[in-house]
Amino acid sequence: MSVPKRIYMDNHATTPMDPRVLEAMLPYFREHFGNAASRNHAFGWEAETAVDQAREQIAEVIGGKAKEIIFLSGATESDNLAIKGVVEFYKDKGNHVITAATEHKAVLDTCKALERKKLATVTYLPVDQQGRVSADQVREAITDKTILISIMVANNEIGTIQPIAEIGKLAKEKGILFHTDATQGFGKLPLDVNELGVDLVSGTGHKIYGPKGCGFLWVRSKGPRVRLTAQMDGGGHERGMRSGTLNVPGIVGLGAAAQIAKAEMATESARVIALRDRLHRLITDELDEVYLNGHPTERLPGNLNLSFAYIEGESMLMGLNGSSHGDLPAIAVSSGSACTSATLEPSYVLKALGVGDELAHTSIRFGLGRFNTQEEVDYVAGRVVSEVKRLRELSPLYEMAKEGIDLKQYFAGVQH
Amino acid sequence: MAEYSPKVIDHYSNPRNVGSFGKDEDNVGTGIVGAPECGDVMKLQLKINDDGIVEDAKFKTFGCGSAIASSSYVTELVKGKSVAEVAQIKNSVIVEELSLPPVKIHCSVLAEDAIKAAVKDWQERHDAKTGAAAKPKDDTAAA
Ligand SMILES: Cc1ncc(COP(=O)(O)O)c(C=O)c1O
Ligand code: FES
Repeated sequence: MSVPKRIYMDNHATTPMDPRVLEAMLPYFREHFGNAASRNHAFGWEAETAVDQAREQIAEVIGGKAKEIIFLSGATESDNLAIKGVVEFYKDKGNHVITAATEHKAVLDTCKALERKKLATVTYLPVDQQGRVSADQVREAITDKTILISIMVANNEIGTIQPIAEIGKLAKEKGILFHTDATQGFGKLPLDVNELGVDLVSGTGHKIYGPKGCGFLWVRSKGPRVRLTAQMDGGGHERGMRSGTLNVPGIVGLGAAAQIAKAEMATESARVIALRDRLHRLITDELDEVYLNGHPTERLPGNLNLSFAYIEGESMLMGLNGSSHGDLPAIAVSSGSACTSATLEPSYVLKALGVGDELAHTSIRFGLGRFNTQEEVDYVAGRVVSEVKRLRELSPLYEMAKEGIDLKQYFAGVQH
Repeated sequence: MAEYSPKVIDHYSNPRNVGSFGKDEDNVGTGIVGAPECGDVMKLQLKINDDGIVEDAKFKTFGCGSAIASSSYVTELVKGKSVAEVAQIKNSVIVEELSLPPVKIHCSVLAEDAIKAAVKDWQERHDAKTGAAAKPKDDTAAA
């Protein structure tokens, strides 16, 4: 085997579709194109049956009931519906929401929008150096106005897994609803809504080798029965919680992807962890001053987030992603450096961990997944090592550090 | 991150004049600008002869591809120019040569700052060396 032309190692951003998923979807573009809400003919019945099967497939992954699944356009919409829907519906009970500083923007910006409209007050819990919040922190933040806790299963940048079961136990004890954005963990980590004590779960197809533009919100129907105010008005689909003609091929794909993920979870995660650890080892065997961001063990199988001291992340990406170096294979990874973002601010997630800005600028996120091979890992490790060495030769900081200059002191007081 | 112009790619892949001059060479001016927290630090060194002409230049840069390209280009641009000419170089020249997009203009500004810092450093060393001799001349000029 030879190294492919392009290597995709950005599986937290999105994943390629599994061919089995695509196969499952195709008939629902062609012969079974019916509207799942058409009650009067076979076209509609076929679509509805397929949608119901997908509900089963997804519910099975998280230990919920099929009828508790609401289909929508993805995790962003799912987070919005969960948080806004609860805050609006339960406004007579209270208006306080607890979340964490490292949540995805789909959660954080939803919370900020509610604050702006004066519909909620929100506590953004700080995280520890590995990116975790604790149940004790949540406990201390609870007031008699708290109606919702929203903490993600696992972080999309650093892969840190949150102590969901402990927080869930606390939420039950206090009678507060608990939402979790499971986007990165769904289908990759064993999750059971009853063991975890969660009431709302958000997920999306395109992170589990399924289609983009299709996700779900699981809403507990009993103990307690969770109510939501719909954010989309219309034909009353999905038990009135989300109007709009269902994306049947997408839903079929999401269901198929969920089923495969569950069936292969144990073998796949062992394989991906081994690849991830191999990549880490091959890199750190050759390079000094490489730092792991996130949690050493409580971490998504495919996530490796490293800071390469003294070299800026975007310059590193440029050396890997095919923008330079002619015909070498292009490697797709991402960075938390400010220079890669429109705002010129380094990653808020790394900042929340207390990673200094100078190291946040040097971070690279490798996201390994189902279709990565050991050959790719070995190739990527080699390219990373040679690119880091090349760029360190170019780096005045590396030179100064090797001369024994204390960079913090040297640059103290510089305006920026 | 946008796509890069061919010239940025060229300078990034084959940077010109990477390195450092010896610390004690007193005809060298060194400028170190930027900060690690901002994601960009440039070190530019100019070797200037007795006639005030830039004979050689070297750089090292921590920063994005455009920052590396800006400083690499500058080392070519300054060679053979007088100190006075070099001090007049504006970042717009770099922006134009490398076709930098708006979000990367600050990388060229940093390169301009690096030139100014290097010239200032050389000037200070030069004045210290020739201090007594230079002073009366300046006074005459001012009078
Ligand atoms: C943790 C998390 N939440 C939400 C989202 C948004 O998902 P979607 O693209 O399906 O809206 C993502 C993906 O970027 C994510 O990683
Ligand atoms: S150094 Fe940050 S954008 Fe150029």
